Amino acid sequence: MDVIVDVRDLSFDYNRSPVLDGVDLRIRKGEVLGILGPNGCGKTTLLKNLNKNLQPHGGCVMLDGEDLKDLSKKDIARDIAVVPQSNEIRFAFTVQDIVTMGRMPFMGAFSGETSQDLGIVRDAMERTGILQFKDRHINTMSGGERQRVIIARALAQTPSVLLLDEPTLHLDISTQFDVLDLVRRLSEDEGLTVVIVSHDLSMAVRYCDRVMMLKDHRVFALGTPEEVLTPENMREVFNVDAVLEKDARNGRDTVRIFGSCTGR
Amino acid sequence: MNKLRRSGNIRFVAILAAVLAVTFIFAFLGLGWARWPLSAQVVWDVLLGGGSPVNRTIVLDINLPRVIMAVFVGAGLAISGAVMQALFRNPMASPYILGVSSGAALGAAIGMLFTIPFIPYLIATPLLAFVFCFGTMMLVYSLSRVGGSTHVETLLLSGIAVGAFISAIVSFLTFIAGDRMEGIVFWSMGSLSKASFMNLSIVIPVIVAGLFIILMLSKELNAMMLGDAHAMDLGVDVKRTRLVLLIATTAVTSVSVAFVGVIGFVGLVIPHIVRMLVGPDNRSVIPLSIFAGAAYLVICDYIAHAFSGSVGVMPIGIITALIGGPYFIYLLRRRRHQVGWT
Repeated sequence: MDVIVDVRDLSFDYNRSPVLDGVDLRIRKGEVLGILGPNGCGKTTLLKNLNKNLQPHGGCVMLDGEDLKDLSKKDIARDIAVVPQSNEIRFAFTVQDIVTMGRMPFMGAFSGETSQDLGIVRDAMERTGILQFKDRHINTMSGGERQRVIIARALAQTPSVLLLDEPTLHLDISTQFDVLDLVRRLSEDEGLTVVIVSHDLSMAVRYCDRVMMLKDHRVFALGTPEEVLTPENMREVFNVDAVLEKDARNGRDTVRIFGSCTGR
Repeated sequence: MNKLRRSGNIRFVAILAAVLAVTFIFAFLGLGWARWPLSAQVVWDVLLGGGSPVNRTIVLDINLPRVIMAVFVGAGLAISGAVMQALFRNPMASPYILGVSSGAALGAAIGMLFTIPFIPYLIATPLLAFVFCFGTMMLVYSLSRVGGSTHVETLLLSGIAVGAFISAIVSFLTFIAGDRMEGIVFWSMGSLSKASFMNLSIVIPVIVAGLFIILMLSKELNAMMLGDAHAMDLGVDVKRTRLVLLIATTAVTSVSVAFVGVIGFVGLVIPHIVRMLVGPDNRSVIPLSIFAGAAYLVICDYIAHAFSGSVGVMPIGIITALIGGPYFIYLLRRRRHQVGWT
């Protein structure tokens, strides 16, 4: 299968203590990849290295065969879009304003958006189900609605890779499913490569083709959810007593967590 | 399929036209000021190339540079405020509040009080203002940086503290200046009365260059209003863009302060009003702030003359603060939501 993002021996330090230490990862074109790990294991740092928001201290990240080091931020933003963890916005931009910003990497200094850009913006809002909100102010919207707007903005970048950092963190349970269903559908319909950082094991099983577990700044396990989410791995990485089992009602794989392993 | 439209184009043009009209009317009125104000007819004659030598001197040599100065300084201060508010994601940010105006004032005061060898006065004052202004900006900025991120509350507090301290140094310098004190006191209140074509030959190029750079980066500024991470994700080189914007605003602020003193509240109030009218998109806010800032100072110049008495024309800084202060308090109370306060 084609590799779109190739992470080679990536290391990153923060104040001289390692956050990532020799991470190797080949992200395949069109897959949904989950990056799992406990808080502070370097998930978000890894994600930020994937679009040069941070620059590796060792190793490199290749996008379609080109080292990110040799690409400008603008070039990268034409290919890689991000839905960040926090999306609180204080200024009264309209939904359309925000989504239109997704076209920024394609515009020159004094040129505004063309009718083609506006077509892409409209399409992105339609696909995320926010077209009817286009004139609403972002700072008056709920967390789930804002998340959709940011996803629409990411789609307006017409990316080949979409990075999501804890996309369900502050959302209602039903909204969590809505958002991830949407992302999954985009991947299936348009071959978008998706990388989701999360610590929600059940979500990873349900939505990811492959998952990677990070522990102690390194890749602990990488493979299909069945391969990776074994009771041993989950105990080792997350310190929980859990199993992957078929749900009685719909036959889907699901993670059942019995509790913490501390003190057992 | 109904097509999307860029929001607010017609509104933008209408507001721009209104602002321009107001600017021209008050600029025209401002050209007639004298001990015995000239009539509009006389001013018009002079502008068409006629009029008596005395009236020509009043209109073209005394009033015209002052009105032009009001236009450029108003534009520069307003846009500096707009940029700082966006850059620091805080509606309170302005050159005045962040203490950088005081920094510029200190540099300019040093330039006025001490003769700098080899550099002509006209260059030395704005240059020193720029150096001190940028230094103050960096000091305030680094004071408010904790572990790699800037906390806005700390930023404002640092700005206020540093600004107050530097103002005290300026007052100290003013006090020991002795017989030259009077001119400096007047200048420190913010006054257009020293405007001349000579000053304008420095002010205009610097402000125009600053405005151009800022206009060029207004899209990037939009992204930065969402947060640095958002901006980076959208392909903005945040560090470089911020540095360029800080240098541009510092240059604009310091050249204004060097020649007309500290004129407060323009950078705070104008971008707010503009945002209330056209929303937060800097591609509209920046150009409109340029013209609205110009209009505001031209109007304030008119009012300052209207209130002038036997001691001379009132310093314009008093007027901008007397109008701007209460208006800002009103904004604070009534329109929190619209201006982006949460």
